[in-house]
Amino acid sequence: MLTSVLQRLVRNAVALVLATCLAGVGLAITTPTAHAAPTVGGDRDVTLRLVTHDSFSVSKKVLREFTKRTGIDVEVLPAGDAGATLNQVILTKDDPIGDVLFGVDNTFLSRALREDIFLPAEVANLAHVPPEFRLDPENRAIPIDHGAVCVNYDKEWFAEHDRPVPETLDDLLEVGDLLVVENPATSSPGLAFLLATIAHFGDGWRDAWARLRDAGVEVVNGWEEAFNGSFTAGEGNGDKPLVVSYASSPPVAVHFADPPPDESPIGTALGTCFDQIEFAGVLRGTEHPREARKLVNFMLSKRFQEDVPLQMFVFPVRSDAKLPPVFERFAEIPPAPFTLPPDEIDRNREQWIDEWTDTVLR
Amino acid sequence: MTRLARTAMIAVPLAFLAVFFLYPVATIIGRGLWPDGTLDLDPIVDVVGDASQREVVWFTLWQAALSTVLTLAVGLPAAYAFSRFWFPGVGLVRSLVVVPFVLPTLVVSSAFLALGMEPSLGAILVAHVFFNYAVVVRTVGGLWAHLDPHQEEAARMLGASRVRAFTAITLPALRPAIFAAAAIVFLFTFTSFGVVLVLGGPTRSTLETEIYRQTAQLLDLETAAALSIVQLLAVIALLVVTERLAGRRGVALSLRAARDVGRRPRTLGERLFVAANLLVALVLLGGPLAVLVARSFDTASGVGLAHYRALGELRASSALFVPPDQAIVNSLLYALAAMALAVVIGGLAAFAIVRTRRAGAVDTALTLPLGVSAVTVGFGFLIALDEPPLDLRTSWILVPIAQALVAIPFVVRLTTPVLRSIDPSLREAAATLGASPRRVWREIDLPIGARAIAVAGGFAFAIALGEFGATVFLARPDRPTLPVVIYRLLGQPGAAPFGAAMAASVILLVLAAVSIAVVERARVADTGVF
Repeated sequence: MLTSVLQRLVRNAVALVLATCLAGVGLAITTPTAHAAPTVGGDRDVTLRLVTHDSFSVSKKVLREFTKRTGIDVEVLPAGDAGATLNQVILTKDDPIGDVLFGVDNTFLSRALREDIFLPAEVANLAHVPPEFRLDPENRAIPIDHGAVCVNYDKEWFAEHDRPVPETLDDLLEVGDLLVVENPATSSPGLAFLLATIAHFGDGWRDAWARLRDAGVEVVNGWEEAFNGSFTAGEGNGDKPLVVSYASSPPVAVHFADPPPDESPIGTALGTCFDQIEFAGVLRGTEHPREARKLVNFMLSKRFQEDVPLQMFVFPVRSDAKLPPVFERFAEIPPAPFTLPPDEIDRNREQWIDEWTDTVLR
Repeated sequence: MTRLARTAMIAVPLAFLAVFFLYPVATIIGRGLWPDGTLDLDPIVDVVGDASQREVVWFTLWQAALSTVLTLAVGLPAAYAFSRFWFPGVGLVRSLVVVPFVLPTLVVSSAFLALGMEPSLGAILVAHVFFNYAVVVRTVGGLWAHLDPHQEEAARMLGASRVRAFTAITLPALRPAIFAAAAIVFLFTFTSFGVVLVLGGPTRSTLETEIYRQTAQLLDLETAAALSIVQLLAVIALLVVTERLAGRRGVALSLRAARDVGRRPRTLGERLFVAANLLVALVLLGGPLAVLVARSFDTASGVGLAHYRALGELRASSALFVPPDQAIVNSLLYALAAMALAVVIGGLAAFAIVRTRRAGAVDTALTLPLGVSAVTVGFGFLIALDEPPLDLRTSWILVPIAQALVAIPFVVRLTTPVLRSIDPSLREAAATLGASPRRVWREIDLPIGARAIAVAGGFAFAIALGEFGATVFLARPDRPTLPVVIYRLLGQPGAAPFGAAMAASVILLVLAAVSIAVVERARVADTGVF
């Protein structure tokens, strides 16, 4: 009896080893076939590694075009949220895990520049970018897209309840009970909204938040819980008709609706927005600085810029880039979003978050 | 078994642990405490001296302790009901309880919110019981299913009360398994991340969420290192204490085939008991899962498959798009690789542990990865494994390795209680009959351990399917698994991505149920042995 068990065990063990090998082979052959793409042009056999956050996206077609035109393959390495991604790059700056980094925003820009992770990359297409986006005078961090963190409102709720829609941060102070915000300690839209209030109220921002707290503002840790859970126009059974989200949320809600409605169910309070600019850069220590600059330049090409809205739900920095119809029709770009200098954000980030926590959560 | 073989058995798991856990963790902590090449212990002093940090440590500890007690309270009766009684579908029930284990915490937590739960301590505890119920049911039930009922019956016949017979005979026999399960549940809830973030709300933070914030957001490696050391010390203390309490050596037991032990519930009381446990499992596990399933079919135009179709269409133009079938294949391949690693390494360790005197230390060391922050391990990989021959930072192999680190303690802890309970007289008899030590091991320890290893393999597979721990923090070439697809979909606004995320979760759930059932089936063949 025991020998038969043993035989079975041996068989199982063999099967296990085979399975492991198969898994290995399987993983090897499922490696994205982009690698095998034929190369043309001068940069034979170069594969660039693009380190980025999890929200990065680009059309297959657009990326393939880059490879066809330059012969350079691109391997995308998503590395977590924006903060985690930047920190991974900083920790490995002596021996970088990639050639190009995309996704440093203006709240993290100073940290990236202070740690000196980028090589200068004065690429040709920068000429098409308006000066207000070019925050790094040495052109190490190259602006690629911009968006705005804004309060969104549920149109139907405000119509049904016959209440005026808040348009500015001052208006919001009157309706704190209707608002759900994200914790700035754990969420990047949460931090951007805190920065908007600091930019607008100055030293009075703590008092403003105390008023919101007393009115019963809801705080959650992440954007998903706020938008999909607490927001009345989200996917859950939420009870807050105001949520901190993005200026692009109205067109995106239309884009992902089936069938597409004539009007977006949500609107943007344009006087509550904080400007977010996202940068890319060539990582110091790359073995392919020339090719890496080509990729950054490509990100500023019209082709890539016009692809940005429906892939990442943000706006292109090039003013001559055409917006897709759904953005053209449903997106409102805040005329004068709040902003703060990156080095001021960098210096005070932790202290502001601590003070906010003391004011709102304790 | 020769001395050499024994040394090799223990060397392989320890080497694996040293290279893929101790070295990366030591490197990242070292970066925090030796910032300029000189040791700086101020961060530790600062953390210990900071009242709000002390509060975080305290909350982390007691919520984990409370979660563990509650999980045992709910799980132990179920372990009894599903291992000692036979009823139609009991095998299926035993497989299905493992399903919650694989689901992304973000998805489950949102299901709890949809059931009307407010972020609170209570919500954290319920979710922790939901996730860890299976650990108790399977770890304890796995041994219970094979305890010879005749011992307890004999005690009853000699006049012992039911309670007395249980506490004198069964409880001591189960003790190692109960402590093994309790330690695992404690560590899982001690390092719980998604549940605390979503269901705890913004006012509750644990060591795990704090280490994440310090490392991934603030890049304050000094504070993160200090917190990691506090976390490590707490985990080591806990493991040493449970090791003592569990007793060095299990009681020698006479084990029997599960099918000889399980019987139909006879009395009304027994039937009610089994029914009550089924009901608890149904409500506790079924409730949130039902929300997921309902949401996945709830489309703008009524009940339908639109969300499932959307998985293959939504964002299909993106270079990072992965078709659902490819994501399923990726998930299965990674899980298979992780399971193989965990079973081989954990299995070797288990056999070695029951034969050495330093068993406790080895066991404790191999369990450490469960109690250390995923951020610490993930970032540790990044800065430690950066030179040939170990330049693995962006290699796919790190994913199954990280998953195996979490799965190995399960394999060890599910297997050693069974191996320790082997009656020494069995080995002695074999030796007396002239069997060599190697042959004794091959014909007695191996077959008996194999069954427990198979159960553990199922767990390892489930853990890998669910993408636990450090894998979340690995930058890797794009070969996304189902959980990765789910997280990406949840990050986008609108009804369609949300629905598609629910559909992907249901696919993951079914995938887990089917694969675990397959592993269980493979095991049935072995259970008739003794």
